[in-house]
Amino acid sequence: MKKLTSRIDKERLFLGIAAPVLAVVAALVVTALVIAATGKNPGAAFSDMTTYGFASDSQVYILNKATTYYLAGVAVAIGFRMNLFNIGVDGQYRLAAFIAAVLGGALTVPGWIAIPLIIVSAMATGALWAAIAGVLKVTRGVSEVISTIMLNSIATAVIAYLLQPGRLGELQQGGTLVSTKPLPSASHFFNIDTGPAGVLDGFVVVAVLVGLAYWFVLGRTRFGFDLRTVGQSESAASASGVSVKKMIATSMVISGAVAGLIGMPTLLNESHQYDNSFPTGIGFTGIAIALLGRNNPVGIALGALLWGFLERTTNHLEFQGYDKEILGVIQGVIVLCVVIAYEVVGRYGLKRQQQKVGAELAAQAAAATKKQEVA
Amino acid sequence: MRRVAKLSAACIATAALAVTATACGSTSSDNESSPSSGGGKGVKIGLAFDVGGRGDRSFNDSAARGADKAKKEFGGDIKELTAKTSDTEADREQRLSDLADAGYNPVIGVGYAYAASMTKVAAKYPKTSFGIVDSVVNAKNVDSINFTEEQGSYLAGVAAALKSKSKHVGFIGGVDVPLIKKFEAGYVQGVKDTNPKIKVDTQYLSHGSDTSGFASPDKGKEAAQGMLDNGADVIYTAAGSSGNGAIEAVAGKKGAWAIGVDSDQYNIPGLSKYKSAILTSMVKNVDVGVYDFIKSVHDGKPLTGTNSYSLAKDGVSLATSGGFIDDIQAKLDAAKKKIVDGSIKVKTTP
Repeated sequence: MKKLTSRIDKERLFLGIAAPVLAVVAALVVTALVIAATGKNPGAAFSDMTTYGFASDSQVYILNKATTYYLAGVAVAIGFRMNLFNIGVDGQYRLAAFIAAVLGGALTVPGWIAIPLIIVSAMATGALWAAIAGVLKVTRGVSEVISTIMLNSIATAVIAYLLQPGRLGELQQGGTLVSTKPLPSASHFFNIDTGPAGVLDGFVVVAVLVGLAYWFVLGRTRFGFDLRTVGQSESAASASGVSVKKMIATSMVISGAVAGLIGMPTLLNESHQYDNSFPTGIGFTGIAIALLGRNNPVGIALGALLWGFLERTTNHLEFQGYDKEILGVIQGVIVLCVVIAYEVVGRYGLKRQQQKVGAELAAQAAAATKKQEVA
Repeated sequence: MRRVAKLSAACIATAALAVTATACGSTSSDNESSPSSGGGKGVKIGLAFDVGGRGDRSFNDSAARGADKAKKEFGGDIKELTAKTSDTEADREQRLSDLADAGYNPVIGVGYAYAASMTKVAAKYPKTSFGIVDSVVNAKNVDSINFTEEQGSYLAGVAAALKSKSKHVGFIGGVDVPLIKKFEAGYVQGVKDTNPKIKVDTQYLSHGSDTSGFASPDKGKEAAQGMLDNGADVIYTAAGSSGNGAIEAVAGKKGAWAIGVDSDQYNIPGLSKYKSAILTSMVKNVDVGVYDFIKSVHDGKPLTGTNSYSLAKDGVSLATSGGFIDDIQAKLDAAKKKIVDGSIKVKTTP
């Protein structure tokens, strides 16, 4: 225990807590001002958000949403740790979910074979799609930002082409919705029924496992060390014998594989098919959440939960007569505040450190001169 | 290893806390003050819009018109909620449940995206009447409001074929979803039945989950210009606000005609500059469907089952504003009669 406490520097702890607290407080203030500017009472809005957001059915909703967002956050964070900006998470998860849905609809094997196959195929699809950007970057120096944005559009087009009646889609009753063949009920992932509060997606378990794996691989393995090193300084990494190109390609592939999981809670727990109402844009949400969580496995979880909470409660605010755009404002403000707060606190910390080191050096120098004088 | 233990302990504690809270906490509907249903005068209309919401000048607006008309006649109030593109089933369910929970009756889902969520929510609130536009939900308390877009489009095709001098016409769809393909199928069939020699160009502005084609006048203009340059002289656009761009392009070419969609676009103020080029519009009376449903609930006899607003019931029709199709009205009426009596079957898929 002594070792543990000694490792945690009091000041570092304070700074670590200061940043998120500062961010949340600043975000609250700005949001309150915005709500007040629309002529509504921010206090009433916040109290409504709290009572509604902590009701049991809201908790289930938030956990379900956060499951998806967490996976998205982790997928993006893997790239971030490596200084790779994988904007393509969006296209990766949509294509992966689509391919997995097609496969799942075609499979007639028992669930214990089908479900892992669906998940693995989704991860493989996401990985392959991301690999294109990885290979382009390594062999041709194409910026992954550009290539992944383009790959998002290509994914949209590929899905649109394949998801047609007569190809891989089928027309639903009413003639207005094309979907993939629905998964047989044996291939549905387990759910946790919480009674009147709703149904909790069993995939939350997988999300937790992914979080643990992320923490372990990045923090506790040689590979993770290499990855972080490359992220911090490519030249230093290659000087110490790490193959930078290999690391870039690998981390892109892993990021894509995790991205492949993003659509799975929706596919396996909720919709059981892929159609045009499948949620889009979660890859971009993932970027915000990874930023919020500072690429830390626990931080991303908190960010994902916060995001879910905000969506749930602002949906209800719209119902209460507040403007529906409030959600976007709050989310934007929080991300901005987090980024700014960490920067401010980080600079403050650095300054304090420099001062401290400077003071120590000065003290040493003073002591040294004193000794000399004595001698 | 201590950190691992601590971390996992924290995780388990959080999870346990969340689950216990879930198990014992009250649901949000328990927290709400009980709805005052039946207390007030008139109807409490709950409208769940598709992406775009009120103000899209097209589909959602048409539904809003129907609700506004009902409100004006019966009194009461309207609560509107709007979909987002990142919505999951859970969001749509929440939206419909929130409305039903607060005592809104009827609750109307505008757009096919609400089909699955309405199936669930309708079962949970058996005393509330639900309505869904453009899809079918099989439940005792749901009115499925459908339109035979293909029939109206067939007439648009007939009009286009009769008015085209270059024997070359065009169709621009917003997004290649099945709903818009119904427009295409009917239009092409109408053209070909009238004159099999006429060439029909077809183009979709965006594909799949990219729904920008419904809201990009620039894309509409470009596509229409391309078709005009290729020699087409009548262009039918079913593409939401992108159609405004197409109409603008068509108005720039002498002798070319545009066919509008959803509303009578000849009378839309924003398009008055180009109205001399708007041959007709294939009007889809979503407002009629929505109004009928609200009225039925107000009268205490809520509509249920699938209600198809067909050509026969004037659910879809060709607008006559401007008088440009007066000379061919007899032929259009003949075609309409054949569709209504069933001697012409209009395809719903191209």
